[in-house]
Amino acid sequence: MLEARGISFRYGPREPLIVRGFDLAVAPGEVVGLAGPSGRGKSTIARLLARHLRPTDGVVTVDGAVVPARGFNPVQLLSQSPVFAVNPRWTVRRIVNEAWTPDADAMRALGVRQAWLDRYPHELSGGELQRLTILRALAPGMRYLVADEITSMLDPLAQAEIWAALLAVVKERALGLLAISHDAHLLGRVADRVVTV
Amino acid sequence: MTAVADDCPVAAAPRFGTRKAVLVVAALAAAGLAAVIAFALLSGEAGVATAFRARLVAPSFAHPFGTDALGRDMLARTLKGLALSFRVGLFAATASTIIALVLALVAASGPRWADAIVAYLVDMTMGLPHLVLLILISFAFGGGANAVIIAVGLTHWPRLTRILRAEILQLRGAEYVTVSRNFGKSPLYIARQHFAPHLVPQLLVGLVLMFPHAILHEAGLTFLGFGIEPTTPAIGVLLSESLRYLTAGKWWLGLFPGLALLMAVLAFDAIGNGLRTMTDPRGSQS
Repeated sequence: MLEARGISFRYGPREPLIVRGFDLAVAPGEVVGLAGPSGRGKSTIARLLARHLRPTDGVVTVDGAVVPARGFNPVQLLSQSPVFAVNPRWTVRRIVNEAWTPDADAMRALGVRQAWLDRYPHELSGGELQRLTILRALAPGMRYLVADEITSMLDPLAQAEIWAALLAVVKERALGLLAISHDAHLLGRVADRVVTV
Repeated sequence: MTAVADDCPVAAAPRFGTRKAVLVVAALAAAGLAAVIAFALLSGEAGVATAFRARLVAPSFAHPFGTDALGRDMLARTLKGLALSFRVGLFAATASTIIALVLALVAASGPRWADAIVAYLVDMTMGLPHLVLLILISFAFGGGANAVIIAVGLTHWPRLTRILRAEILQLRGAEYVTVSRNFGKSPLYIARQHFAPHLVPQLLVGLVLMFPHAILHEAGLTFLGFGIEPTTPAIGVLLSESLRYLTAGKWWLGLFPGLALLMAVLAFDAIGNGLRTMTDPRGSQS
Protein backbone atom coordinates (compact mmCIF):
# COMPACT_ATOMS: atom_id res chain seq x y z
CA MET A 1 0.00 0.00 0.00
CA LEU A 2 1.33 3.43 -1.03
CA GLU A 3 0.14 6.02 1.43
CA ALA A 4 0.44 9.77 1.85
CA ARG A 5 -0.30 10.79 5.42
CA GLY A 6 -1.11 14.46 5.89
CA ILE A 7 1.56 15.69 3.46
CA SER A 8 2.04 19.43 3.09
CA PHE A 9 4.46 21.30 0.90
CA ARG A 10 5.78 24.81 0.41
CA TYR A 11 8.77 25.90 -1.69
CA GLY A 12 10.27 28.15 1.01
CA PRO A 13 9.62 29.13 4.63
CA ARG A 14 7.80 32.29 3.53
CA GLU A 15 6.00 30.78 0.57
CA PRO A 16 2.34 29.73 0.78
CA LEU A 17 1.43 26.08 1.24
CA ILE A 18 0.81 24.46 -2.13
CA VAL A 19 -0.32 21.14 -0.71
CA ARG A 20 -2.07 21.16 2.67
CA GLY A 21 -2.51 18.00 4.72
CA PHE A 22 -3.18 15.69 1.79
CA ASP A 23 -4.08 12.02 2.41
CA LEU A 24 -4.12 9.26 -0.17
CA ALA A 25 -3.83 5.49 -0.35
CA VAL A 26 -3.17 3.39 -3.43
CA ALA A 27 -3.37 -0.39 -3.11
CA PRO A 28 -1.36 -2.81 -5.29
CA GLY A 29 -3.27 -3.54 -8.48
CA GLU A 30 -5.47 -0.48 -8.00
CA VAL A 31 -5.74 2.42 -10.45
CA VAL A 32 -6.63 5.65 -8.66
CA GLY A 33 -7.44 8.82 -10.58
CA LEU A 34 -6.45 12.24 -9.26
CA ALA A 35 -8.46 15.10 -10.77
CA GLY A 36 -8.76 18.80 -10.15
CA PRO A 37 -8.34 22.17 -11.84
CA SER A 38 -4.94 23.68 -12.67
CA GLY A 39 -2.89 25.12 -9.85
CA ARG A 40 -4.30 22.89 -7.12
CA GLY A 41 -1.03 21.06 -6.60
CA LYS A 42 -1.71 17.83 -8.50
CA SER A 43 1.79 17.76 -9.98
CA THR A 44 3.33 18.72 -6.66
CA ILE A 45 1.52 15.79 -5.03
CA ALA A 46 2.88 13.53 -7.77
CA ARG A 47 6.43 14.72 -7.14
CA LEU A 48 6.03 14.38 -3.36
CA LEU A 49 4.78 10.79 -3.71
CA ALA A 50 7.71 9.85 -5.98
CA ARG A 51 10.38 11.52 -3.80
CA HIS A 52 11.18 14.20 -6.36
CA LEU A 53 10.31 16.64 -3.56
CA ARG A 54 10.43 16.17 0.21
CA PRO A 55 7.18 17.04 2.03
CA THR A 56 7.34 19.98 4.47
CA ASP A 57 5.03 18.01 6.75
CA GLY A 58 3.67 14.48 6.77
CA VAL A 59 5.13 11.29 5.35
CA VAL A 60 4.91 9.04 2.31
CA THR A 61 4.94 5.37 3.21
CA VAL A 62 5.09 2.10 1.30
CA ASP A 63 3.63 -0.84 3.26
CA GLY A 64 3.65 1.33 6.37
CA ALA A 65 7.38 2.15 6.19
CA VAL A 66 8.60 5.64 5.37
CA VAL A 67 10.38 5.70 1.99
CA PRO A 68 14.12 6.22 2.71
CA ALA A 69 15.81 9.33 1.30
CA ARG A 70 18.29 7.32 -0.79
CA GLY A 71 18.38 4.12 -2.77
CA PHE A 72 15.96 2.59 -5.24
CA ASN A 73 12.47 4.00 -4.91
CA PRO A 74 9.59 1.56 -5.45
CA VAL A 75 7.48 4.61 -6.40
CA GLN A 76 8.38 6.04 -9.81
CA LEU A 77 7.14 9.17 -11.51
CA LEU A 78 6.12 9.52 -15.14
CA SER A 79 5.84 13.13 -16.14
CA GLN A 80 4.05 15.16 -18.75
CA SER A 81 7.18 16.02 -20.74
CA PRO A 82 9.42 12.98 -21.19
CA VAL A 83 12.02 15.22 -22.89
CA PHE A 84 13.12 16.54 -19.50
CA ALA A 85 13.21 13.10 -17.90
CA VAL A 86 15.99 11.82 -20.17
CA ASN A 87 19.60 12.92 -20.46
CA PRO A 88 19.91 14.54 -23.93
CA ARG A 89 23.51 13.34 -24.28
CA TRP A 90 22.72 9.68 -23.69
CA THR A 91 21.50 7.17 -26.23
CA VAL A 92 18.09 5.67 -25.62
CA ARG A 93 19.66 2.28 -24.81
CA ARG A 94 21.71 3.82 -22.02
CA ILE A 95 18.70 5.77 -20.75
CA VAL A 96 16.57 2.64 -20.39
CA ASN A 97 19.41 0.49 -19.09
CA GLU A 98 20.07 2.96 -16.29
CA ALA A 99 17.09 1.39 -14.53
CA TRP A 100 17.04 -2.16 -15.92
CA THR A 101 17.55 -4.21 -19.07
CA PRO A 102 14.13 -4.96 -20.54
CA ASP A 103 13.64 -8.12 -22.60
CA ALA A 104 12.02 -8.18 -26.03
CA ASP A 105 8.59 -8.99 -24.56
CA ALA A 106 8.61 -5.97 -22.27
CA MET A 107 9.61 -3.78 -25.20
CA ARG A 108 6.99 -5.21 -27.50
CA ALA A 109 4.26 -4.76 -24.87
CA LEU A 110 4.86 -1.01 -24.92
CA GLY A 111 5.43 -0.76 -28.66
CA VAL A 112 9.10 0.14 -28.25
CA ARG A 113 11.17 -0.81 -31.28
CA GLN A 114 14.72 -2.12 -31.17
CA ALA A 115 15.82 0.54 -33.70
CA TRP A 116 15.06 3.36 -31.26
CA LEU A 117 17.70 2.15 -28.81
CA ASP A 118 20.65 3.48 -30.80
CA ARG A 119 19.17 6.95 -31.22
CA TYR A 120 19.39 10.06 -29.11
CA PRO A 121 16.28 11.49 -27.41
CA HIS A 122 15.97 14.37 -29.89
CA GLU A 123 15.65 11.85 -32.68
CA LEU A 124 12.39 10.43 -31.26
CA SER A 125 8.89 11.89 -31.06
CA GLY A 126 7.15 12.81 -27.82
CA GLY A 127 4.99 9.69 -27.91
CA GLU A 128 7.98 7.43 -28.57
CA LEU A 129 9.91 9.03 -25.70
CA GLN A 130 6.95 8.63 -23.37
CA ARG A 131 6.83 4.89 -24.16
CA LEU A 132 10.53 4.72 -23.32
CA THR A 133 10.19 6.49 -19.97
CA ILE A 134 7.36 4.09 -19.11
CA LEU A 135 9.53 1.15 -20.13
CA ARG A 136 12.38 2.50 -18.00
CA ALA A 137 10.11 2.95 -14.99
CA LEU A 138 9.00 -0.70 -15.16
CA ALA A 139 12.24 -1.80 -13.45
CA PRO A 140 11.88 -5.02 -11.40
CA GLY A 141 11.61 -3.45 -7.92
CA MET A 142 9.08 -0.80 -8.95
CA ARG A 143 5.63 -1.26 -7.38
CA TYR A 144 3.81 2.05 -7.68
CA LEU A 145 3.61 4.37 -10.66
CA VAL A 146 2.57 8.01 -10.51
CA ALA A 147 1.49 9.06 -14.00
CA ASP A 148 1.23 12.85 -14.17
CA GLU A 149 -0.63 13.89 -17.34
CA ILE A 150 1.48 11.43 -19.30
CA THR A 151 -0.58 11.59 -22.47
CA SER A 152 -1.94 15.13 -22.45
CA MET A 153 0.37 16.23 -25.27
CA LEU A 154 -0.34 13.23 -27.48
CA ASP A 155 -3.00 12.65 -30.12
CA PRO A 156 -5.99 10.45 -29.16
CA LEU A 157 -4.65 7.38 -30.98
CA ALA A 158 -1.26 7.43 -29.25
CA GLN A 159 -3.03 8.25 -25.98
CA ALA A 160 -5.26 5.19 -26.26
CA GLU A 161 -2.34 2.93 -27.18
CA ILE A 162 -0.14 4.06 -24.33
CA TRP A 163 -2.89 3.74 -21.75
CA ALA A 164 -3.92 0.29 -22.98
CA ALA A 165 -0.30 -0.89 -22.78
CA LEU A 166 0.24 0.66 -19.36
CA LEU A 167 -2.98 -0.76 -17.90
CA ALA A 168 -2.06 -4.21 -19.19
CA VAL A 169 1.31 -4.10 -17.39
CA VAL A 170 -0.28 -2.70 -14.23
CA LYS A 171 -2.77 -5.57 -14.21
CA GLU A 172 -0.20 -8.24 -14.99
CA ARG A 173 2.27 -7.14 -12.30
CA ALA A 174 -0.37 -5.94 -9.79
CA LEU A 175 1.19 -2.47 -9.67
CA GLY A 176 -0.49 0.46 -7.98
CA LEU A 177 -1.12 3.35 -10.38
CA LEU A 178 -2.03 6.93 -9.61
CA ALA A 179 -3.30 8.57 -12.80
CA ILE A 180 -3.35 12.35 -12.73
CA SER A 181 -5.28 14.23 -15.38
CA HIS A 182 -7.55 17.14 -16.17
CA ASP A 183 -9.48 14.84 -18.42
CA ALA A 184 -12.46 13.45 -16.51
CA HIS A 185 -13.32 11.15 -19.42
CA LEU A 186 -9.87 9.63 -19.44
CA LEU A 187 -9.90 9.04 -15.69
CA GLY A 188 -13.41 7.58 -16.00
CA ARG A 189 -12.04 5.05 -18.49
CA VAL A 190 -8.82 4.04 -16.70
CA ALA A 191 -9.37 4.54 -12.95
CA ASP A 192 -11.10 2.31 -10.43
CA ARG A 193 -11.90 5.40 -8.34
CA VAL A 194 -11.21 9.12 -8.68
CA VAL A 195 -9.97 11.50 -5.95
CA THR A 196 -10.48 15.24 -6.50
CA VAL A 197 -8.32 18.03 -5.11
CA MET B 1 -1.55 -3.52 -29.62
CA THR B 2 1.46 -2.18 -31.41
CA ALA B 3 0.19 0.21 -34.03
CA VAL B 4 3.68 1.67 -34.26
CA ALA B 5 4.88 1.81 -37.85
CA ASP B 6 7.30 -1.04 -38.41
CA ASP B 7 10.78 -0.17 -39.58
CA CYS B 8 10.07 2.96 -41.51
CA PRO B 9 13.22 3.62 -43.55
CA VAL B 10 15.52 6.28 -42.15
CA ALA B 11 17.09 8.48 -44.83
CA ALA B 12 20.85 8.04 -45.01
CA ALA B 13 22.83 10.93 -43.56
CA PRO B 14 24.36 13.24 -46.17
CA ARG B 15 27.83 12.11 -47.06
CA PHE B 16 29.69 15.35 -46.60
CA GLY B 17 27.57 17.54 -44.36
CA THR B 18 28.50 20.63 -42.43
CA ARG B 19 29.57 18.45 -39.51
CA LYS B 20 32.24 16.73 -41.57
CA ALA B 21 33.39 19.99 -43.11
CA VAL B 22 33.80 21.52 -39.65
CA LEU B 23 35.74 18.50 -38.44
CA VAL B 24 38.05 18.51 -41.47
CA VAL B 25 38.78 22.22 -41.03
CA ALA B 26 39.46 21.65 -37.33
CA ALA B 27 41.81 18.76 -38.10
CA LEU B 28 43.71 20.88 -40.66
CA ALA B 29 43.98 23.72 -38.17
CA ALA B 30 45.31 21.37 -35.50
CA ALA B 31 47.86 19.94 -37.95
CA GLY B 32 49.00 23.46 -38.90
CA LEU B 33 49.44 24.46 -35.28
CA ALA B 34 51.32 21.24 -34.53
CA ALA B 35 53.65 21.97 -37.47
CA VAL B 36 54.43 25.43 -36.04
CA ILE B 37 55.33 23.92 -32.66
CA ALA B 38 57.43 21.17 -34.29
CA PHE B 39 59.35 23.75 -36.30
CA ALA B 40 60.05 25.89 -33.24
CA LEU B 41 61.37 22.88 -31.36
CA LEU B 42 63.58 21.61 -34.19
CA SER B 43 64.83 24.81 -35.83
CA GLY B 44 67.64 25.56 -33.37
CA GLU B 45 69.44 28.81 -34.14
CA ALA B 46 67.31 29.81 -37.14
CA GLY B 47 65.80 33.24 -36.64
CA VAL B 48 68.10 34.04 -33.73
CA ALA B 49 71.46 34.08 -35.51
CA THR B 50 72.27 37.43 -37.09
CA ALA B 51 73.55 37.85 -40.68
CA PHE B 52 74.57 41.43 -41.34
CA ARG B 53 75.08 40.80 -45.07
CA ALA B 54 71.37 40.10 -45.48
CA ARG B 55 69.80 43.01 -43.57
CA LEU B 56 66.22 44.05 -44.36
CA VAL B 57 65.93 41.78 -47.41
CA ALA B 58 62.47 41.82 -49.02
CA PRO B 59 60.58 38.50 -49.25
CA SER B 60 62.32 36.06 -51.61
CA PHE B 61 62.68 32.29 -52.04
CA ALA B 62 65.55 32.19 -49.56
CA HIS B 63 63.60 34.26 -47.02
CA PRO B 64 59.83 33.97 -47.75
CA PHE B 65 58.98 36.48 -45.00
CA GLY B 66 62.11 38.65 -45.61
CA THR B 67 64.72 39.48 -42.98
CA ASP B 68 64.87 42.08 -40.22
CA ALA B 69 67.38 44.83 -39.43
CA LEU B 70 69.86 42.28 -38.05
CA GLY B 71 69.45 39.94 -41.03
CA ARG B 72 67.45 37.34 -39.11
CA ASP B 73 64.98 35.24 -41.09
CA MET B 74 61.49 36.55 -40.40
CA LEU B 75 59.77 33.23 -41.21
CA ALA B 76 61.74 31.47 -38.49
CA ARG B 77 61.17 34.36 -36.07
CA THR B 78 57.44 34.42 -36.80
CA LEU B 79 57.07 30.67 -36.25
CA LYS B 80 59.12 30.81 -33.05
CA GLY B 81 57.04 33.76 -31.87
CA LEU B 82 53.85 31.81 -32.55
CA ALA B 83 55.17 28.78 -30.66
CA LEU B 84 55.95 31.01 -27.68
CA SER B 85 52.45 32.47 -27.94
CA PHE B 86 50.99 28.96 -27.86
CA ARG B 87 52.97 28.17 -24.73
CA VAL B 88 51.76 31.31 -23.03
CA GLY B 89 48.23 30.59 -24.29
CA LEU B 90 48.31 27.00 -23.06
CA PHE B 91 49.42 27.84 -19.52
CA ALA B 92 47.20 30.92 -19.23
CA ALA B 93 44.10 29.28 -20.69
CA THR B 94 44.56 26.17 -18.53
CA ALA B 95 44.95 28.30 -15.41
CA SER B 96 41.86 30.31 -16.33
CA THR B 97 39.85 27.16 -17.00
CA ILE B 98 40.80 25.68 -13.63
CA ILE B 99 39.86 28.93 -11.87
CA ALA B 100 36.57 28.98 -13.77
CA LEU B 101 35.74 25.36 -12.86
CA VAL B 102 36.52 25.81 -9.16
CA LEU B 103 34.56 29.06 -8.88
CA ALA B 104 31.62 27.64 -10.82
CA LEU B 105 31.50 24.56 -8.56
CA VAL B 106 31.64 26.76 -5.46
CA ALA B 107 28.97 29.11 -6.81
CA ALA B 108 26.58 26.40 -7.95
CA SER B 109 27.01 23.93 -5.09
CA GLY B 110 28.00 26.09 -2.13
CA PRO B 111 25.89 28.31 0.12
CA ARG B 112 24.11 31.35 -1.24
CA TRP B 113 26.75 33.81 0.02
CA ALA B 114 29.46 31.92 -1.90
CA ASP B 115 27.42 32.35 -5.06
CA ALA B 116 27.11 36.06 -4.33
CA ILE B 117 30.87 36.41 -3.85
CA VAL B 118 31.61 34.60 -7.11
CA ALA B 119 29.05 36.72 -8.96
CA TYR B 120 30.71 39.83 -7.51
CA LEU B 121 34.18 38.66 -8.60
CA VAL B 122 32.90 37.92 -12.09
CA ASP B 123 31.21 41.32 -12.40
CA MET B 124 34.27 43.10 -11.04
CA THR B 125 36.69 41.40 -13.41
CA MET B 126 34.42 41.87 -16.40
CA GLY B 127 33.68 45.46 -15.44
CA LEU B 128 37.31 46.59 -15.37
CA PRO B 129 38.90 47.46 -18.72
CA HIS B 130 40.62 44.26 -19.76
CA LEU B 131 43.87 45.68 -21.03
CA VAL B 132 44.37 47.94 -18.01
CA LEU B 133 43.96 44.98 -15.68
CA LEU B 134 46.40 42.93 -17.79
CA ILE B 135 49.00 45.70 -17.74
CA LEU B 136 48.64 46.18 -13.98
CA ILE B 137 49.03 42.49 -13.17
CA SER B 138 51.85 41.97 -15.65
CA PHE B 139 53.66 45.03 -14.32
CA ALA B 140 53.18 43.94 -10.72
CA PHE B 141 54.80 40.59 -11.50
CA GLY B 142 57.79 42.25 -13.13
CA GLY B 143 57.13 41.57 -16.81
CA GLY B 144 58.44 38.65 -18.86
CA ALA B 145 56.72 35.54 -20.13
CA ASN B 146 55.74 34.30 -16.66
CA ALA B 147 54.13 37.61 -15.71
CA VAL B 148 52.15 37.57 -18.97
CA ILE B 149 50.97 34.02 -18.25
CA ILE B 150 49.84 35.05 -14.75
CA ALA B 151 48.15 38.21 -16.02
CA VAL B 152 46.27 36.45 -18.81
CA GLY B 153 45.40 33.49 -16.57
CA LEU B 154 43.99 35.75 -13.86
CA THR B 155 41.76 37.73 -16.21
CA HIS B 156 40.18 35.23 -18.59
CA TRP B 157 38.02 33.06 -16.33
CA PRO B 158 34.80 35.11 -15.83
CA ARG B 159 32.96 34.16 -19.02
CA LEU B 160 33.60 30.43 -18.62
CA THR B 161 32.72 30.67 -14.91
CA ARG B 162 29.29 32.02 -15.84
CA ILE B 163 28.72 29.33 -18.46
CA LEU B 164 29.76 26.49 -16.14
CA ARG B 165 27.80 27.83 -13.18
CA ALA B 166 24.64 28.02 -15.28
CA GLU B 167 25.26 24.52 -16.62
CA ILE B 168 25.77 23.04 -13.12
CA LEU B 169 22.66 24.76 -11.75
CA GLN B 170 20.63 23.43 -14.66
CA LEU B 171 21.99 19.91 -14.15
CA ARG B 172 21.26 19.97 -10.42
CA GLY B 173 17.65 20.78 -11.12
CA ALA B 174 17.32 18.45 -14.09
CA GLU B 175 14.50 15.94 -13.86
CA TYR B 176 16.62 13.11 -15.25
CA VAL B 177 19.05 13.57 -12.37
CA THR B 178 16.22 13.17 -9.85
CA VAL B 179 15.00 10.16 -11.81
CA SER B 180 18.49 8.67 -11.65
CA ARG B 181 18.58 9.20 -7.88
CA ASN B 182 15.19 7.48 -7.66
CA PHE B 183 16.68 4.47 -9.40
CA GLY B 184 19.11 4.29 -6.49
CA LYS B 185 22.16 5.77 -8.25
CA SER B 186 24.89 7.18 -6.01
CA PRO B 187 26.04 10.83 -6.08
CA LEU B 188 29.36 9.66 -7.58
CA TYR B 189 27.57 7.81 -10.38
CA ILE B 190 25.43 10.87 -11.10
CA ALA B 191 28.46 13.17 -11.10
CA ARG B 192 30.35 10.92 -13.52
CA GLN B 193 27.57 9.72 -15.78
CA HIS B 194 25.20 12.69 -15.85
CA PHE B 195 27.23 15.77 -14.97
CA ALA B 196 30.56 15.05 -16.65
CA PRO B 197 29.20 14.47 -20.19
CA HIS B 198 27.71 17.96 -20.04
CA LEU B 199 30.57 19.74 -18.30
CA VAL B 200 33.62 18.22 -20.00
CA PRO B 201 32.72 19.45 -23.52
CA GLN B 202 31.96 22.92 -22.13
CA LEU B 203 35.34 22.90 -20.39
CA LEU B 204 37.24 21.71 -23.46
CA VAL B 205 35.56 24.13 -25.84
CA GLY B 206 35.97 26.92 -23.30
CA LEU B 207 39.66 26.10 -22.96
CA VAL B 208 40.30 26.05 -26.70
CA LEU B 209 38.30 29.22 -27.34
CA MET B 210 40.23 30.97 -24.58
CA PHE B 211 43.46 30.37 -26.51
CA PRO B 212 42.99 33.06 -29.17
CA HIS B 213 42.10 35.60 -26.45
CA ALA B 214 45.17 34.66 -24.48
CA ILE B 215 47.43 34.85 -27.53
CA LEU B 216 46.06 38.19 -28.66
CA HIS B 217 46.42 39.65 -25.20
CA GLU B 218 49.94 38.30 -24.89
CA ALA B 219 50.83 39.97 -28.19
CA GLY B 220 49.06 43.16 -27.14
CA LEU B 221 50.86 43.33 -23.80
CA THR B 222 54.21 42.64 -25.41
CA PHE B 223 53.54 45.14 -28.17
CA LEU B 224 52.92 47.81 -25.53
CA GLY B 225 56.15 46.89 -23.78
CA PHE B 226 54.70 45.29 -20.64
CA GLY B 227 55.17 41.71 -21.66
CA ILE B 228 57.90 39.45 -22.96
CA GLU B 229 61.53 40.69 -23.12
CA PRO B 230 62.42 42.32 -26.47
CA THR B 231 65.25 39.78 -26.99
CA THR B 232 62.82 36.87 -27.30
CA PRO B 233 61.16 36.31 -30.66
CA ALA B 234 57.49 36.82 -29.75
CA ILE B 235 54.75 38.05 -32.07
CA GLY B 236 54.20 41.16 -29.97
CA VAL B 237 57.94 41.92 -30.02
CA LEU B 238 58.10 41.46 -33.81
CA LEU B 239 55.12 43.74 -34.34
CA SER B 240 56.43 46.50 -32.13
CA GLU B 241 59.90 46.28 -33.75
CA SER B 242 58.31 46.48 -37.20
CA LEU B 243 56.79 49.89 -36.38
CA ARG B 244 60.17 51.53 -36.65
CA TYR B 245 60.71 50.20 -40.18
CA LEU B 246 57.20 50.44 -41.59
CA THR B 247 57.62 54.11 -42.52
CA ALA B 248 60.80 53.16 -44.36
CA GLY B 249 58.76 50.83 -46.58
CA LYS B 250 59.79 47.52 -44.94
CA TRP B 251 56.21 46.25 -45.02
CA TRP B 252 57.06 42.54 -44.61
CA LEU B 253 58.23 43.05 -41.04
CA GLY B 254 54.72 43.85 -39.86
CA LEU B 255 52.52 42.12 -42.41
CA PHE B 256 53.68 38.51 -42.06
CA PRO B 257 53.80 38.23 -38.26
CA GLY B 258 50.40 39.96 -38.13
CA LEU B 259 48.91 37.59 -40.69
CA ALA B 260 50.41 34.59 -38.90
CA LEU B 261 48.85 35.73 -35.64
CA LEU B 262 45.49 36.13 -37.35
CA MET B 263 45.74 32.67 -38.91
CA ALA B 264 46.64 31.10 -35.56
CA VAL B 265 43.66 32.75 -33.86
CA LEU B 266 41.32 31.57 -36.62
CA ALA B 267 42.81 28.08 -36.40
CA PHE B 268 42.03 27.85 -32.68
CA ASP B 269 38.52 29.07 -33.39
CA ALA B 270 38.11 26.30 -35.96
CA ILE B 271 39.37 23.69 -33.49
CA GLY B 272 36.97 24.94 -30.83
CA ASN B 273 34.12 24.73 -33.31
CA GLY B 274 35.15 21.21 -34.29
CA LEU B 275 35.25 20.07 -30.66
CA ARG B 276 31.79 21.48 -30.03
CA THR B 277 30.41 19.76 -33.12
CA MET B 278 32.05 16.49 -32.14
CA THR B 279 30.64 16.44 -28.60
CA ASP B 280 27.08 17.54 -29.36
CA PRO B 281 24.76 14.64 -30.20
CA ARG B 282 22.40 17.07 -31.94
CA GLY B 283 24.96 17.54 -34.66
CA SER B 284 25.40 13.84 -35.29
CA GLN B 285 23.34 13.85 -38.49
CA SER B 286 23.87 17.21 -40.13
